[in-house]
Amino acid sequence: MSDARSSILTKLRTTRDAHPLSPPASDFAPIEAKQWPDQERLPRIRRLMEAVHTEFLDATESDWPAVLREFLAREGVGSLLYAPATEAGKRLVEGWETASPSPPRGEAPHESPEGPAAHPPHPNPLPGGERGPNPTLIPYDRPLEDLKSHLFESIEAGLTTTRGAIAETGSLILWPTADEPRTLSLVPHIHIALLRADALYDTFLQAMREQGWAQAMPTNLLLVSGPSKTADIEQTLAYGVHGPKRLIVLVVHP
Amino acid sequence: MSATPKPTRVYYFGTCLVDLFFPDAGMAGIELLQSQGLTVVFPQGQSCCGQPAYNSGYRADALKVARAQLDLFPGDDPIVVPSGSCAGMMKKHWPDLFHGEPDEAKAVQVAGRVWELTQFLVHVLDVQFTDKGEPVRVTWHASCHAQREMGVVEEPKSLLRQLANVELVELKREKECCGFGGTFAVRHPEISAAMVGDKVADIEGTGAARVVSGDCGCLLNITGALEAGAKAARGQHIAQFLKERIHGR
Amino acid sequence: MDGNAPDFAAASRAALADPQLRGNFRRAMDGLMSKRAAQFADTGEWTGVRALAASVRLRALSKLPELLEKLEENCTRNGIAVHWAATTEEANAIALDILHKANAKLVVKGKSMVTEEMHLNAVLEKDGIEVLESDLGEYIVQLDGTMPSHIIMPAIHLNTKQIAHLFKRKIKDAESREDAAYLTDLARRVLRAKFQAADVGMSGVNAAVAETGTLCLIENEGNGRMCTTVPPVHIAFMGLEKVVETLEDVPPVISLLPRSATGQPITTYVNMISGPRKDGEKDGPREVHLVILDNGRSGIYADPELRDTLRCIRCGACMNHCPVYTKVGGHAYEAPYPGPIGKILVPQIEGLAKRGAMPHACTMCNACVEICPVKIPIVEIMGRLRVEAVKPGGAVKDGGAKASRAEAMVWSGWAAMNASPTAYRIATAAMSRLGNAAPASLPMLKEWTNVRTKPRFAGRTLHDLARAKGVPDV
Ligand code: SF4
Repeated sequence: MSDARSSILTKLRTTRDAHPLSPPASDFAPIEAKQWPDQERLPRIRRLMEAVHTEFLDATESDWPAVLREFLAREGVGSLLYAPATEAGKRLVEGWETASPSPPRGEAPHESPEGPAAHPPHPNPLPGGERGPNPTLIPYDRPLEDLKSHLFESIEAGLTTTRGAIAETGSLILWPTADEPRTLSLVPHIHIALLRADALYDTFLQAMREQGWAQAMPTNLLLVSGPSKTADIEQTLAYGVHGPKRLIVLVVHP
Repeated sequence: MSATPKPTRVYYFGTCLVDLFFPDAGMAGIELLQSQGLTVVFPQGQSCCGQPAYNSGYRADALKVARAQLDLFPGDDPIVVPSGSCAGMMKKHWPDLFHGEPDEAKAVQVAGRVWELTQFLVHVLDVQFTDKGEPVRVTWHASCHAQREMGVVEEPKSLLRQLANVELVELKREKECCGFGGTFAVRHPEISAAMVGDKVADIEGTGAARVVSGDCGCLLNITGALEAGAKAARGQHIAQFLKERIHGR
Repeated sequence: MDGNAPDFAAASRAALADPQLRGNFRRAMDGLMSKRAAQFADTGEWTGVRALAASVRLRALSKLPELLEKLEENCTRNGIAVHWAATTEEANAIALDILHKANAKLVVKGKSMVTEEMHLNAVLEKDGIEVLESDLGEYIVQLDGTMPSHIIMPAIHLNTKQIAHLFKRKIKDAESREDAAYLTDLARRVLRAKFQAADVGMSGVNAAVAETGTLCLIENEGNGRMCTTVPPVHIAFMGLEKVVETLEDVPPVISLLPRSATGQPITTYVNMISGPRKDGEKDGPREVHLVILDNGRSGIYADPELRDTLRCIRCGACMNHCPVYTKVGGHAYEAPYPGPIGKILVPQIEGLAKRGAMPHACTMCNACVEICPVKIPIVEIMGRLRVEAVKPGGAVKDGGAKASRAEAMVWSGWAAMNASPTAYRIATAAMSRLGNAAPASLPMLKEWTNVRTKPRFAGRTLHDLARAKGVPDV
């Protein structure tokens, strides 16, 4: 189809040169002017995201795995998919041990229809999976193809990091990597995102400038501003269409 | 608040619809201007701004008609038009219509002097009216071209608010087109009917005895529908309404 | 009317006769307009960002051929295969070719207006490939066997009750519940199985960044992410105008698009794709293809005035604010793009023989121009297309197709009357005196008087009154 290519480009070039356009300069000032004082960014992000049903948890560097575990237990979430090779994944596993009260060792985990026992046996179980009670940690340590049915059919929650958040719109910046795959934040019904309270930006523009996105885009970069939603049925908002039904932002305060 | 020095003489471009269907409103506009001490000149050679042909795709015919108006307004005096739509045609579209024509410069000069009536009353004359009429509830219909081509939004309403016995109740969808649209009304009569139907319902909802507007195309459409539907409200051009109020009838 | 030309007037009559439909649109558009207005309460901000977004689109158009080459180069470097299609037939052939190579049986699609333009679903189905729309609105419309009635909210013509009935009829084990949450969840269950099983995912593109070779997609539901992330192959379709120069050009567009479209500050997801799964990555499609479609756009680009049509970012706000669209809904246009943008874009793509009536389905109220986030002079282009429709041999396909000797004569008669003061005086005097005797059954008057009284000639003209009252003539 390179015929199409050259004929299209030639036509565009000829007609453009016959009638060149002189666009006005792009003045980014109206976006650059959007700024919030340090102490207002997080509350604003929270307000905007809560308005679209995002939930927030507060924690510190040392206790976030425990806060998360307690939350999952409280909510009856049976399984958490995480990225084992990331810093956060390692911290999660470390912190998990010391977190919330474990049931007596050696006893079978409490079983509920959604609980870990309902999962098909994992082909290569991991320590987290064996250790016990709700919730079970499941590492995302293999290609999607080998995890797909598990991912779609039984895993309940996924944990990712973020590269910060944007005050203007209340949006998380997700930067999936080889260690932290894209589907972690997409397929499980609950997406939990770690947000460092000191990584906040005013605008999308500021974030991309300061993080130098244009120099090295990842294969997939996302802004996520809430759990998935739709208003396609008579303008009635409904949450949890195709993506996560719940989005939990776990704010890690310094 | 007027930045422009008050002129002593203005031209009046009455428009073809006013000429045929609302001459009293046209005359009321002239008298309002005269009551402010102005000399109003009504060139008898005038006809139409050319908009009907322009919007129908017949630009050469529109140009011919517009050109026939050009020499009627010599000098620098403002040209006042009791219609936002025709004023918009002259001010905004004449420069495009005459683009590349030998008389382009003249057309641009004339276009630059065009004012919609209420805009002129408010911004240039800074009029203050005293209401002598009986209490009445009215609503305002904003014509699309007055709003969006001439930027006339608050002016007519501010004039109505000057009138002590006039209660202005705004429409729920003031900015929505009434469905006239020139030839649209006959090309797409059913859609036009649905549009004016919504407009009539909105007017009825205000409980107003009158719907006042500054454009005769809209008025033909709206009053025609009010009458056909045997509705209580009546339509009136703002010039005539103002004149009646300040003369106490 | 041409044999194959869609009859807007007839279709709109049918729509107007459906009170359910009218109610659905009126309610929906009223809500959308007020939500949008709330987003742009700060007029200074609106003016500034709007000017910026317009400049971004204009700059992209000013360098269109160069940016497309750069986009291709950077996409290729990123591992995205770029394909060019002059026509929709070529684009369909490219799609089929990729699908055959992938041995695809099941395709899931995210929202893409370009594939509507291509009638791709019909082509795939004919080839025995199952294709499933996954945007909830598109899914509903597909189940219903109809077309989207709005570019952003495809099923906006239906209410909950109608959708509940549809699901009950078409989805196994569906309960008859008129509850948006239940219906949404039902669709979730059906579609997640499809995402999991699909061989190929398809999507549109909201903006393609030349600088980085990045495809930007925005959406709320997560189906776009599913289609572009889970199946082993992703094919994205874009009109050739969708390119922007730099990554920094994306924020202004994203800032205005969702706010204009649905009155939300941002969509749930802004999905930026810069390549297929890299070595070592655990997910993402193994292949990403970008199909760049012309389909008449280069012709639109050729005309310096019509070119502005290509600024469009497909927010759909012009539909929401169009008083005609609000009355008749999207289906009456029988076109992939309804409403104001449709009325200028479709005639230019499909030609004036087929679509010459579309630019007349407009009162020229300018409501769309007032809110268009990239300042497209929609109504000016509409006027220009009306000229092209009656002027043979112009810049637009099938120019002059609507030329009619009778109509031309009417207008030249009108011009003769209005260009001569004497003729005008005689004519207006005659009309004033005799006009009211005209029977309401005359053409034009007949249409007018369906819902209105006859316009009444005043008897004396303003010319007469001014003369009688001594208003000076010079
Ligand atoms: S023409 Fe303007 S308002 Fe309409 S869809 Fe395109 S960008 Fe949006």
